[in-house]
Amino acid sequence: MPHIICFAKQVPDPETPASQFKVDEAAKKVIPAPGVQQVPSQFDTIAVEAALRIKDNHPDSTITVVSLGPDPFRDTIKHCLAMGVDEGVHINDPAVNDADHWATAEVLAAAVKKLGDYDLILTGRQSVDWDMGVVGSTVAEILGVPVVTIAKQIDYAGDKVTVERVLLDGFETVEAPTPCVVTVSNELGEPRYPQLRQIMQAAKKEVKPWTLADLGISAPQNRVNLEALYVPDTSVETEVIEGETAQEKAATLAKRLSDAKLI
Amino acid sequence: MPNGVLIFGEATEDGKLAAITAELSGAAAALGGPVTCALLGSGVEGIAQEAGQYGAEKVIVVDDPILKDYQGDAYLPVAERIAREVDPAVILLGQTMIGRDLAPLLAQRLGTAVVMDCMALSMEGDKLLAERPCYGGAARARYTINGTPQIATVRVKALDAPAASGSAEVVKQDAGVSADQVRTTITARNKPESTGIRLEDATVVVSGGRGLGGPEAFQQLEELADVLGGAVGASRAVCDLGWYPVATQVGLTGKIVTPDLYIAIGISGASQHMAGISSVKNIASVNKDADASIFKASRWAVVHDWKEFVPAFLEEVKKVKAG
Repeated sequence: MPHIICFAKQVPDPETPASQFKVDEAAKKVIPAPGVQQVPSQFDTIAVEAALRIKDNHPDSTITVVSLGPDPFRDTIKHCLAMGVDEGVHINDPAVNDADHWATAEVLAAAVKKLGDYDLILTGRQSVDWDMGVVGSTVAEILGVPVVTIAKQIDYAGDKVTVERVLLDGFETVEAPTPCVVTVSNELGEPRYPQLRQIMQAAKKEVKPWTLADLGISAPQNRVNLEALYVPDTSVETEVIEGETAQEKAATLAKRLSDAKLI
Repeated sequence: MPNGVLIFGEATEDGKLAAITAELSGAAAALGGPVTCALLGSGVEGIAQEAGQYGAEKVIVVDDPILKDYQGDAYLPVAERIAREVDPAVILLGQTMIGRDLAPLLAQRLGTAVVMDCMALSMEGDKLLAERPCYGGAARARYTINGTPQIATVRVKALDAPAASGSAEVVKQDAGVSADQVRTTITARNKPESTGIRLEDATVVVSGGRGLGGPEAFQQLEELADVLGGAVGASRAVCDLGWYPVATQVGLTGKIVTPDLYIAIGISGASQHMAGISSVKNIASVNKDADASIFKASRWAVVHDWKEFVPAFLEEVKKVKAG
């Protein structure tokens, strides 16, 4: 019975238009734009999709999703359960509300140890808010298991996984013994979207509420300090190319590019 | 007291010195140095001397077949050993296929942290200030690190490479890694036949987005790129939809490109896409939506349906080229 553990995080909807994206520089926090939803981090739902594809081929698999964050993160767990994940673990403890990537990895690794046997840990290649891309690898190091990053396909075969990973120019196929960690990239494909029936079923699935005390650890120290957060000025002077027809606009643009010696 | 900066240079797939090596050397020297360059790989001894021409005082070269293709289990013990020997205040790696995988493992092994994908670095006293884009490029975050050494990965082409001068002492080391330490196995590599100019090297990039409506449109983009002597790129949406090869994806999770001219066609300008062209000064965009956010970052904005505009533009470019 394969046991797959997925890590999932909740983020402000990354489709927020740039014009609505604002930060509070003093608090070093993003100001939630009105009407912008909190959503599951996209790469993490793709990791859940990867787990579900394994379960499609190995129906006796159990998938557990683990999420570390405050109360609203329960929605992300519920979303994963509605996608088809079997059970959830919500680590909700004010002592780690401001956990950095390394403290997060320590807590997640402690949760994995408490969950016991596992064959595979899947998570997104990076979160879509901080984009750091370190948590999966750090958990693997803490647990002493191999990690394969940036996967586009994962085939599970008991004592090993075969992972197709994305390179800058092409792909490579890597075999790793289980248990191991695999971080998943968008090239794997779209995550399935829960149907109404699944959403209702998910309401009945168990979400374990865990605190650090349940994990038997105290709050890990942060290793990085966020010193500043700001929106860079990327505006440039834009010339809107005028013209009645496509031909006129095309001629004007070609002239501008030619004058600037760019073509 | 640890001091100096250790950088991890890299070779290209065909065995030349990768440009990131010079960029890291320049960044490390600007932080105050002295700079030690580690160079890991197979068949890299021949470029060790060259790796030392950009400001390093010493090059530690580890040339071993076990390091031929990057695997964390093979590279990490060597990187950890060199880091402990050199005992630097700061370690820099490239945000490359190797660096982005190796740096988090090395940071955890050394009990410290790494700030990934930096675009600016400076020292304040003995503290590294590491600045990086986040929120898909919409914001910038500046970090300090509590542990030692302070590690950062540096975005490719984000920092200027110094000119070659000087030379460094070259020291050879054994990898000391046995095959049974490497738990993973690379069983296949699949590189699409490259046709024409590499996206990263192109001076002109013609890039297409979801607004093109389907894969057929890319034929016209290819023709335009061909006339301009450039390469074709694509947005993540396009690659996820399977309209164009993944290797052409420009953006945060794809390629960072730095052409003189970037022509964006049917691209709305999601911040994760803009993260791939943040250093491009000349962007010309074509979009029928006048509110497309890419226009704000563009020097020239064409509000028009691409289907009419692109064939007309191709003719005009041909006229210019014919002189």
